[in-house]
Amino acid sequence: MSASPQNAYPSAVPPPPRRLGGRANGFQAKPVASMSELPVTSIGVNVAMPKVALDSISLSYTTSAKGRLIALDNISLEVKAGEFLCVVGPSGCGKSTLLHLIAGLNPQTSGNVLVDGKPVTGPGTDRILIFQELGLFPWLTVAGNVEFGMKMKNVPKAEREERVQHFLRLVHLSQFSKSYIHQLSGGMRQRVALARALATEPDVLLMDEPFAALDAQTRDLLHDELERIWAETGSTIIFVTHNVREAARLGDRVVLLTYRPGRVKQEFRVNLPRPRHMEHPDVTRMARTVLDCLREEINKSLEAEYADDKAR
Amino acid sequence: MPMTKLAKQVVFYGALIGIWALLAKLHIWPPYLFPPPWGVAQALRDGFADHSFWIGIAVTMKRMLIGYSLSVALGMVLGLGVSSSKFLEETVGGLLVSLQSLPSICWIPLAVLWFGLTEKAILFVVLMGSLLSVTIAMEDGRKQMPKIYGMAGRNLGGSGFRLFWSVLLPASLPFIVNGMKQGWAFAWRSLIQAEMIFLSLGLGQLLMMGRDLSDMNQVLAVMILIIVLGYLVDGLIFRTMERRLQEKYGLAT
Repeated sequence: MSASPQNAYPSAVPPPPRRLGGRANGFQAKPVASMSELPVTSIGVNVAMPKVALDSISLSYTTSAKGRLIALDNISLEVKAGEFLCVVGPSGCGKSTLLHLIAGLNPQTSGNVLVDGKPVTGPGTDRILIFQELGLFPWLTVAGNVEFGMKMKNVPKAEREERVQHFLRLVHLSQFSKSYIHQLSGGMRQRVALARALATEPDVLLMDEPFAALDAQTRDLLHDELERIWAETGSTIIFVTHNVREAARLGDRVVLLTYRPGRVKQEFRVNLPRPRHMEHPDVTRMARTVLDCLREEINKSLEAEYADDKAR
Repeated sequence: MPMTKLAKQVVFYGALIGIWALLAKLHIWPPYLFPPPWGVAQALRDGFADHSFWIGIAVTMKRMLIGYSLSVALGMVLGLGVSSSKFLEETVGGLLVSLQSLPSICWIPLAVLWFGLTEKAILFVVLMGSLLSVTIAMEDGRKQMPKIYGMAGRNLGGSGFRLFWSVLLPASLPFIVNGMKQGWAFAWRSLIQAEMIFLSLGLGQLLMMGRDLSDMNQVLAVMILIIVLGYLVDGLIFRTMERRLQEKYGLAT
């Protein structure tokens, strides 16, 4: 495999220039040894304040069956403004929980979530979470859903309507503004959720396995759209998934969490040109590398589940 | 050729009345115990002609509206309270469930002693008869409401009363309507029962008057009236509301 990724891409789709500045092609996997080796500083692009910083986050809670359960253990992570970060891990590693903490929906046991250097104390429309089950409001139309966050922010009606139109155009749903959620297909619902999140103009978009329930074709389309929208809005995205190919397809960086307690096991920088394709050999190779590392954790999670069975 | 639902119903009710007429014609039982359909129809006509049925319906519906509105309002407050506090749920919640095993007619002696044979006593019985089911339905609704809506609402910047008004309330609307429907059914039963015992106008009283006069035609006419009214409200108003909501919320099967 000596072909450079740039040559391998069809020339009809030039990668957007914004994402190419100063970065080498290819990728390298790098275990995280300490805070001092954080990638933001190590690649020497910009040592400005991170958009989101997790500072020694831990979360534990008491369950009746197992006593004290540590869900997240001392996680430190920095996300640059405009970065697309993917978080992968086996099910039960607490990756969704991590997003809830950043969104301010749940408090952590210790540590701090910092956004622009300020600690997060609750939900805020600067960080919008797209839930795995979306949580679209069935009693509102598509437009009503997209408008909701702006309504809560007391944006004037005329401006709201204008922005609803804008964001529906962005996700190609203009014709469906008056439809109700149950009338839409799965992929369309995803796009409504995306538009609803974007309409509050968040700096940080948190996405919790948003495409997990979709068929492969719809997912591919939404990957393209998400990449395009990300390039257009310049927002910071933290994207949780269990699908390593999806992570390699989308992320600037992939962070791998361990199984229970969730710790950062390894980080992978994905320096591949955009727009990418799931099937591209470099993406596949990247995914392979992540998967090898992830497999150990999946095995651990399976062992733990089988142990539960034996105990019963 | 498949019959429409309406055609089936016409045939069914036609047959039912036909059999009734036939049995009456055979004079197996004396007409004062088993009157023919036309006798009951005559009683209905007379009742409406001399306004006694209109007055009965008006009085009963007025009591229904007052008693039922009270119980829905109180039941919602109680249900919300019980569902939002662990302490209340474990104490008041248990009491409500146990009280629900008490048939509403059992409140009548208490109501009469407290309020005498008055309008207040009737309203009290209606209230007690339906309050509990509204409360319990509201409580269940709050519990069954998917948590995701509240989280999504908070995530999008909602909090306090606005979150309640624009997310939690609409999210639990299907459950609220279900509770209101149950409450209506209970209130309707309680009211007719109470009216049969109290000296008052109203449909229950008309029914008892039929018995006192040994007028089987009137008894059956009033029974039919009670069934039709109950069905109209329950079957038409509440079911339509429920169906519309389910369609809109995508819950319809």
